[in-house]
Amino acid sequence: MSQVFVFLEGKDGTLKKGSVELLTWAKTNGLETSAGAIGADAAGLAKQAGAFGAKVAFASTPSAEGYNPEVYVSLLKEMISASGAQIVLANASALAKDAFPRVAARMDSSVASDCTGLKMDGGKLIALKPLYSGKCTAEVEFESGLNIVLMRSNQLPVMDADGSEADVKTIDAPQASGNVTLEKTVQGASNKPDLTEANVIISGGRGMGEAKNFEILEDLAGTLGATVGASRAVVDAGWVPHGMQVGQTGKTVSPSLYIACGISGAIQHMAGMSGSKVIVAINKDADAPIFQKASYGIVGDIFELAGPLKEELSKALN
Amino acid sequence: MKTFVCIKQVPDTETKIQIKGDKSGIEEGSIKWVMNPYDEFAVEEALKLKTTTSDTVVVLSAGPKSRVVDSLRTALAMGADEAVVIDAPETIDCYLAAKLLAETIKKEGDVRMVFTGKLAIDGNGSSVGQMVAEFLEVPHAGVVSKLDFTEGQVVVERDVEGGAKEVFQLKTPCVISANKGLNTPRYASLPGIMKAKKKPLKELTAADLGLNDLMPKMKFKNFELPPEKPPVKMIEGSPQEQAHKLVDLLMNEAKVL
Ligand SMILES: Cc1cc2nc3c(=O)[nH]c(=O)nc-3n(C[C@H](O)[C@H](O)[C@H](O)COP(=O)(O)OP(=O)(O)OC[C@H]3O[C@@H](n4cnc5c(N)ncnc54)[C@H](O)[C@@H]3O)c2cc1C
Repeated sequence: MSQVFVFLEGKDGTLKKGSVELLTWAKTNGLETSAGAIGADAAGLAKQAGAFGAKVAFASTPSAEGYNPEVYVSLLKEMISASGAQIVLANASALAKDAFPRVAARMDSSVASDCTGLKMDGGKLIALKPLYSGKCTAEVEFESGLNIVLMRSNQLPVMDADGSEADVKTIDAPQASGNVTLEKTVQGASNKPDLTEANVIISGGRGMGEAKNFEILEDLAGTLGATVGASRAVVDAGWVPHGMQVGQTGKTVSPSLYIACGISGAIQHMAGMSGSKVIVAINKDADAPIFQKASYGIVGDIFELAGPLKEELSKALN
Repeated sequence: MKTFVCIKQVPDTETKIQIKGDKSGIEEGSIKWVMNPYDEFAVEEALKLKTTTSDTVVVLSAGPKSRVVDSLRTALAMGADEAVVIDAPETIDCYLAAKLLAETIKKEGDVRMVFTGKLAIDGNGSSVGQMVAEFLEVPHAGVVSKLDFTEGQVVVERDVEGGAKEVFQLKTPCVISANKGLNTPRYASLPGIMKAKKKPLKELTAADLGLNDLMPKMKFKNFELPPEKPPVKMIEGSPQEQAHKLVDLLMNEAKVL
């Protein structure tokens, strides 16, 4: 019987940082931990969880590749039940946010999605959750059922791997009913981390002037290792796809560094990015509201700054 | 048959949030309440589908009856046919909300499709659609930005990380949670608003649905505003100087590069 179950996600066969954050948190709090992974590389990921304190890890590889909600929900329930854990942790990934609410409902529980903090208080789990798209936070406490928390990444420290391997238990995947079928996955244009996971974001607003000028930001992002975001004004103008929108009706982001270029700082935009550790605002209007939330501000023209900025960054980062 | 749309009423996105003195929640006094923006896409998609299916479009909402009826009226004014309000306190969690909505849909019956928004911008739970689907024992797809309906099935595009899209085929009945991009929601016209006043709006309580225990499984407490940021440091000089100073501060003071 373990106290915590961590759902593992990986990239190219290696555990994602977010999964390591959750395992580290459980271990640091002295909680007996098990883990589970689903997919083609499940067994490898499960084994790796041992290096971060998980004793037992479940692995299942369904016959069809990719995400099938029905199969995943059923496997997650089986893994969580077998682990005996009361606390269930996963990252707030697209997959987990889809599957876990359904797992919760099936297991007579609630779920707290998109949380940014975790602590144990007298044996009770307390999660910190931004509400109103980050305009405030509240502590989440579970009254009954499982404590299922989906954590944003980059919120918790990670430990070094200690060389141990988890005891991997393989679980057979159920047959899909055919009521829901993944036909195909269409890859996005970028192989950069998603906005919600990115450690550095450079965003552009209407001040970028036209769609073509986003190339300037792409170029800076290349130097910075950043993901490019946008305000709603430029999404609505059709300059960039909706997937790039940051804000109350776009993505809520929490990078270490957020650079806003030509963005005025409307309340709906700031709701989505105020969780960033350091905010840089570049805007030619000294009165733009974005400066009220920024850590560093530059009153200036983005087109005059981009060149020198690229030069200085290249120098500093090489 | 019927197409259902679950909608939630939320504070307008312009709202400045203020916390109650005892930190138990937010001050609701001066809030302007609106339909959750993602639910507008859900209502629009149901109305679009109706042109093919001729379904009755039923909008439903669980929450404080005295105010959530306004958002239901908005949906009726957009073109929905009937509304159901399930009176419940603001403090219900996603599990209870989904239970109340699913039980209402079961009671109404004859379900072809259920639409919800991908998340409500107040609680940011992004869970109710999936949970309604679980209670109805039907498939679900979320964060959907494209939908093609043919008799007995839908093919949808779901937005996932990094701009990628998953294409799912689902048998109906099913639950779809709408993302921006799915459509452009119509505005309620003046004649629409007039007509909405005469459309049926049914009122239910949890007890009518056989649910007597409205104890949430999850509670929010100790509400806080985000910590105040130290005042902004403005960087002066020529663009070259500004760029140099900024990179230096990011490296050596903020240590984020
Ligand atoms: C229901 C609702 C939901 C919304 N959700 C979102 C959301 O999720 N995300 C979001 O971002 N917005 C959202 N908005 C829109 C929001 O209110 C603003 O309209 C939007 O954020 C403005 O985008 P912007 O800052 O790019 O444009 P603007 O407000 O037009 O600002 C452009 C800025 O660029 C500066 N500028 C111009 N030229 C230059 C230059 N050469 N160099 C440097 N600076 C320059 C200007 O000084 C100005 O400050 C929402 C609105 C509503 C009503």
